[in-house]
Amino acid sequence: MSEKKTDEVTGIDTTGHEWDGIRELDNPLPRWWLWTFLACIVWAFGYMVFYPAIPLVSEATPGVLGYSSRASVHQDIQEARVAQSEMISKVDSLALADIRNDADLLQFAINGGRAAYSVNCSQCHGSGAAGSPGYPNLNDDEWIWGGNLESIATTLQHGIRHPGDDDTRFSEMPAFGRDGILDKEQVKAVANRVLALAGQPHDTELATAGTELYADNCAACHGETGKGDREQGAPNLSDAIWLYGSSEAEIARQIHAPRHGVMPAWGDRLDPVTIKQLTIYVHSLGGGE
Amino acid sequence: MASNDANVTPGDVARIEVEAVNSRQHRSLYKARESIHPMRVSGVFRRLKWWIMGVLLAIYYVTPWLRWDRGVGMPDQAVLVDLEHRRFFFFFIEIWPQEFYYVAGMLIMAGIGLFLVTSVLGRAWCGYACPQTVWVDLYVHVERWLEGDRNARFRLDKAPWNAAKIRKRFTKYLIWLLIAVATGGAWVFYFADAPTLFVKLFTLEASVIAYVTVGVLTATTFVFGGFMREQVCTYMCPWPRIQAAMMDENSLTVTYQDWRGEPRGRHRKAADASLLGDCIDCNQCVAVCPMGIDIRDGQQLECINCALCVDACNTIMARTGGTPNLISYTTLKSYEANADGRPALPLKKTVFRARTLVYATLWSCIGLAMLFVLFTRDRLDINVLRDRNPQFVVLSDGSIRNGYTVKILNMEQKERRVLLQISELPDALMTVVGQDLWPSRTREFVLSADQVQQLQIYVAVPRASVEPGANSFRFSVTDLSGIEQAHYGAIFRAPEE
Ligand code: SF4
Ligand code: SF4
Repeated sequence: MSEKKTDEVTGIDTTGHEWDGIRELDNPLPRWWLWTFLACIVWAFGYMVFYPAIPLVSEATPGVLGYSSRASVHQDIQEARVAQSEMISKVDSLALADIRNDADLLQFAINGGRAAYSVNCSQCHGSGAAGSPGYPNLNDDEWIWGGNLESIATTLQHGIRHPGDDDTRFSEMPAFGRDGILDKEQVKAVANRVLALAGQPHDTELATAGTELYADNCAACHGETGKGDREQGAPNLSDAIWLYGSSEAEIARQIHAPRHGVMPAWGDRLDPVTIKQLTIYVHSLGGGE
Repeated sequence: MASNDANVTPGDVARIEVEAVNSRQHRSLYKARESIHPMRVSGVFRRLKWWIMGVLLAIYYVTPWLRWDRGVGMPDQAVLVDLEHRRFFFFFIEIWPQEFYYVAGMLIMAGIGLFLVTSVLGRAWCGYACPQTVWVDLYVHVERWLEGDRNARFRLDKAPWNAAKIRKRFTKYLIWLLIAVATGGAWVFYFADAPTLFVKLFTLEASVIAYVTVGVLTATTFVFGGFMREQVCTYMCPWPRIQAAMMDENSLTVTYQDWRGEPRGRHRKAADASLLGDCIDCNQCVAVCPMGIDIRDGQQLECINCALCVDACNTIMARTGGTPNLISYTTLKSYEANADGRPALPLKKTVFRARTLVYATLWSCIGLAMLFVLFTRDRLDINVLRDRNPQFVVLSDGSIRNGYTVKILNMEQKERRVLLQISELPDALMTVVGQDLWPSRTREFVLSADQVQQLQIYVAVPRASVEPGANSFRFSVTDLSGIEQAHYGAIFRAPEE
């Protein structure tokens, strides 16, 4: 900053602003520019009259057009619904297998299912559906209650151990340790037997001791070789997938006093089309049968 | 224009009472626009401007109507920006959004081209090729045709509103408006099938956006060409500033040779005639200037280098028998040399210098590279995106699975059978969502013409066959009826421990 001068070359006054010896000339603004500027101010006032503008305590002044961004989003959603109505009615009327066989419908159902999944399911099963201890991974090929389209749809519809739904998936493993059916040593032996069935490192002696205990207490549901039984919701014990962990301690803990997960019956809360889309989506995650 | 009667004396040439619009006497805080009514002029540069204007307008208006056969189902418009399907067609070239780097390349070429032209020719763009210049020229021409030359137009401006004035103004605005509508109208034809859209525009069936575009361009053409004119160049456009920064002492600029012209004076009585310079102060150069400035004040921001003042001055010099090119295209170096009485630099030297050669080489290299890429580019491509959530899935038999979103691009205008395969990563098998087939290492697909096929693919590998962490492998896609192949290097992720 320095004082105003008159530029020698042009004979024009400077504004007094100077940077590295470059001085700013005080040229006149074109008058139309001034008018444009004033017009913008007038326009802004018009805007304030017609649109929400001045923030008040809980909301802004509404503006005479009654515009709100929420209403406009709502309308966009309505329009999107209308645009989707043809696809939605197809999903509604067709069988799951037919939806899956139509490339466009499949994509539509997967996208819709993904959105519904994020809102309703991701809290427990994780945003990538990878689950966590106690919450099954939906990407893999192990299904406690079955992994074909119909089984998945039933599980979604009626939930698991959902109170108040007569058709809900229900299974309950006895608390062998807590209820005194097996003592501590026996629980440990059975745990090692289970590890042996899964082909995991284990204590051979204990596993041998557990063989008979397993046959007497567990095989009825989980099968002689630990393959499980989907009819009863008895998990496969011989594979690499463990809902509550695969260490000896974790298995023993589950034998002692099993935890039982609960899943809501979504049929009460979601419409049939959404359930179908969720079914197709979960089925498409890679483990579908 | 050269004239034979070189016996007109300078004193006979009528002096035009005119003052440059940017003269320093006029300064105030805000300044109203002063009408500029450039006088008619003829000469070499005026003719050049006519030609360039004709060619540019013809290109602009005719291009969207050119047809180009691309086969059934494809647009037959030679130049088409298809925003809906996200394609750009230019005669035999079709550009996909994935190939946007061509546009980047074009912009780089335009940039370097601008450096090159500006370093040689100064503001040639402004003087001849800019739409603002071309349309203003057209508008002024209409105005001159209806209202007469400079003086008549000034008179008409001042005249009271009588029937004749109203009629003249009305006709002028009407023709301007028609030109403006045609300008906006032609623009939208680049974005849709021109003949169809043409009919639709009249039957009110075209899209709202088409009418809005025509409307906006009509308004801007009308206002910028009819009323704003030089104000656009002086106050709104960034180009003059940028171009000024790219010029140097070897760039051609319209220059008044003041060492020859000054002291200017018109009354050449025998006594003091020898003291006067060549400029007879007739103000012709100011009167013809579309920017309303006086080139004799030196180089100015406002000057678009249209060289109409050169034509004007040369016409006068020819009439009075003076030496031509008192105002001329010259470089600062040549000007200084001339002023010192040395000969000007030869054109060869000012044009071919290190800077311009570097620009020209760069420009040509990029151009050649783009041509090369254009003729060797893939028409089959594959893009792979690995699922990140979850990173991998452990299956019941202990094997590891990764998911991929695979996009296969068939950029050819015909259906193609292709084979997708996994290479490297032995024992890896893929399944495709929606296809109930046994896992395999290859899959055949039929790709529709000019489409992207998106696939959800799962690849599973036994635990023993992968390294912990990242494993690299490739997806390849091969045209079964041709030779074209595309690959994508992908990562397969296994648990770390
Ligand atoms: S100054 Fe800007 S608008 Fe004017 S002729 Fe040059 S580029 Fe065009
Ligand atoms: S001074 Fe000459 S070259 Fe510059 S804008 Fe005016 S007529 Fe054109």
